Amino acid sequence: MSRDVRNVDKSILAEKAKMIRRDVVEQTDVCGSGHYGSAFSIAEILAVLYYQLMHVRPDAPTWEDRDRFTMGKGHAAIALYPVLADLGFFDRSWLDNYTRLNSPLGDHPDMRKVPGADFSSGSIGHNLSVSVGMALGAKRNGSPARAICLMGDGEMTEGQVWEAAVSAPNFGLDNLVGIVDINKAGSDGYTADIMDTRPLADKWQAFGWRVIPLADGHDLDQVSNALNDALNRPDGRPTVVLADTVAGKGVSFMEGYWQWHLGFLGPKDKERALAEIEKGLN
Amino acid sequence: MAANNVYAQGRDPNEIPADSTVKPDFDPKTWDMPLSLALSQQLTTGRTLCELAEQGRDDIVVCTADLGRPTQVQDFAERYPDRFFNFGIAERNMISAAAGLATTGTLPFISNYAFFLALMGCENIRNDICYTDLPVRMVGTHSGIAMGFYGTSHHSCEDIGVLRTIPNLTLMAPCDGTAIRSLIRSTIDHPHPLYFRAGRGREKQVYDQPFEARIGGSNVLRDGGDTTIFAVGIEVAFALDAAEQLSRDHGIEAAVVDCYSIRPLDTETVLARAGRHGHVFTAEEHNVTGGFASAVAETLALNGMATRLHPIGMPDAYSVLGPPTHLYQHYGLDGAGIAERVAQVLKNA
Repeated sequence: MSRDVRNVDKSILAEKAKMIRRDVVEQTDVCGSGHYGSAFSIAEILAVLYYQLMHVRPDAPTWEDRDRFTMGKGHAAIALYPVLADLGFFDRSWLDNYTRLNSPLGDHPDMRKVPGADFSSGSIGHNLSVSVGMALGAKRNGSPARAICLMGDGEMTEGQVWEAAVSAPNFGLDNLVGIVDINKAGSDGYTADIMDTRPLADKWQAFGWRVIPLADGHDLDQVSNALNDALNRPDGRPTVVLADTVAGKGVSFMEGYWQWHLGFLGPKDKERALAEIEKGLN
Repeated sequence: MAANNVYAQGRDPNEIPADSTVKPDFDPKTWDMPLSLALSQQLTTGRTLCELAEQGRDDIVVCTADLGRPTQVQDFAERYPDRFFNFGIAERNMISAAAGLATTGTLPFISNYAFFLALMGCENIRNDICYTDLPVRMVGTHSGIAMGFYGTSHHSCEDIGVLRTIPNLTLMAPCDGTAIRSLIRSTIDHPHPLYFRAGRGREKQVYDQPFEARIGGSNVLRDGGDTTIFAVGIEVAFALDAAEQLSRDHGIEAAVVDCYSIRPLDTETVLARAGRHGHVFTAEEHNVTGGFASAVAETLALNGMATRLHPIGMPDAYSVLGPPTHLYQHYGLDGAGIAERVAQVLKNA
């Protein structure tokens, strides 16, 4: 079901992506370790989703017609928190206490603790199924809500993803959108070296999904077009956006390195990283 | 159990399900799947949910993984097809999707075999339903060794142990069809996850009328001054049989308590009963390690009770193969087995 698209200037989206990366660095500084690679690769996707396309109400986080966003790759929640705070779901000061004792904000999102987080995650491979349930429920309620599930390319090895992939077209869920953040980095190395799941487009297509390739997941025009197509031009099938992204995007010494999937920046390198982030993407 | 013999007794055409291919002129020993499933009369989930739907519960939806017929929710599927979701043999997807459904204001009931639900799906239940504290209902049928010769993959003697350590989850064990109906109805507005550990549906009937069930409750079904047997599931009927035999053959008066709420346990009743006897018994179709016996043992120990507990259940080993009735006898889980154990303990006490 299509919904209004907000007219947001590209420069604003670029600023939001910068904000995400900056806050990821700052939160990781509080915590002592963080998923830089996985968070930086989705900054533009999150900016477009939350500032341009999704319908949510920060003053009513459980509004029943809200679009739902779930994270199969829950370890990138550190990138979602700045967005939710910026939108007003909770106070920005929460970010300063990220992962500290009794903080609502952990490495993975908790729907019972974080206003605006639509589901809890951490066990990779579950949330596309959860989103199938959300999309079924929305259809049953006659709600315009869409269910959007962000997954990692490493997540494509989880069997449950493909159980969900089989079921969604069977249930006619054209209000379900999967996004695969293909940043090519995993915990043990490059995803293609650990367990190669390519070709992904063929697989999703064969499972009955509409596939929208997104050649550059950091080009705001491309991201916006692809996600807008996915959300607002349904064709009767569930849609998956295969987003080619770069792990660690925005900080030159991290870009493309699986080694920054999880890590920590010392004070000097933190300043270097922040300076690069401030410059923004070309 | 003996109900299996209806096959040999000739057929009443009125009792042949509409979708059966077997007609009255067939050999009385002939059966097809619908006829076999018609024996699971105690699986009342579908009928109960139809009743609730008729009474205006529009929020109820039913999920299964290609086991809607054997777990007896097919009637709901036929009456309310737009509220019935068959996920095929993909249990994890079903469990997680039920959690997603629950976030949209529906009340999902999952109806599936216990071993594929509680054991295979344990991690999904824990992360997607219980950690998120969503009002999902799970009805795990064919628990314990009820599947007999289908073998260990189809047995579920570990599910109580697994489920009773998961926060936010209430675990209840209906012992017959009336109990399933009573437990589902009594807890329908509970805003948290609930798991019903049910049998195969061929259990002997214990209750002749519905009762108001309580989370943390139990029913004292028979009183007796010599000892108490705390039982769950199919063992409730067997414990009642045992009490009858003990009274008749040994002059032992055993009380029987249906502990339909395993977690939380009715500790008040357990402690009050245990305080009267030197020896008490638990009976469960489950591994005696980590399950219902352990829950009762914890209660006794934590409250300083000196009562000796004798667990009756499956040994800490995989079951041998056999028809269920033979297995219950083999493991001393039927009325005679329980009576023998109780008599032996009390006579040596």
